Amino acid sequence: MAEIKPKIGVQYSDNATIVSFTDEKILEERDIKALQDSIMSVVEQAERIKLILDFSNVRFLSSAVLGLLIRISKRIYEKDGQLKLCNINPKIFEIFKITRLTTTFDIYKDVESAVEDLS
Amino acid sequence: MVKVCDQALSKLEAYGFGKDDIFAVHLALEEAFLNAVKHGNKMDSSKEVKIDYSVDLDKIEISMTDQGDGFEPSSVADPRYGEDLYKPGGRGLLLMNSYMDVVKFNEQGNSLYMVRYKEKPRLTKDKDQTEV
Repeated sequence: MAEIKPKIGVQYSDNATIVSFTDEKILEERDIKALQDSIMSVVEQAERIKLILDFSNVRFLSSAVLGLLIRISKRIYEKDGQLKLCNINPKIFEIFKITRLTTTFDIYKDVESAVEDLS
Repeated sequence: MVKVCDQALSKLEAYGFGKDDIFAVHLALEEAFLNAVKHGNKMDSSKEVKIDYSVDLDKIEISMTDQGDGFEPSSVADPRYGEDLYKPGGRGLLLMNSYMDVVKFNEQGNSLYMVRYKEKPRLTKDKDQTEV
């Protein structure tokens, strides 16, 4: 039986749900679809979810991942939740800057800063 | 595509291109390929995307051709402003233009030519230097 590699790790803290991406490279459409399914199921579990996405492991991503983040953020805000991104390395952050998504997403240096800023 | 991409990036490394160049070319290749498959060939698996590249000491040139009808690049909305900022797609071309030094399409719009020049090392500015 083929081993299924988890795409995300999920941690629950007092007031936040922290989802970490496990893959270094997020490129393939099927992987992005799998991520969407996993993250959306976490989002749907809670009303007013306070979700933090941790990019510590991510070294490379395509613009399709940005699309995924937009879809996730729309769903979270529909449910009156909050979304924060953190631990984005400089090369990936540059992609957010170029696409002006730094104005759309709340981006933090690390998980602690993101948690601190949750209302 | 994975094989072509790995080969191209390995060649860049062998020719002394830095990490920023390699990241840039990798991203542009992925975005261009995705566009060719999704928008060019309309996800038709019977259609091909042809990729050619050449690497020399100071640049990489890439050409990519799909079997679609083509498109008009200037008709693609800028995804950085207005409602388009909140759309899930439409950022591939912006990223290609941002990370490559040359991005040109043929008249039909189904063939792409891109160039990235090797990044020159940044000179460290001496504190005592006066700006001219």
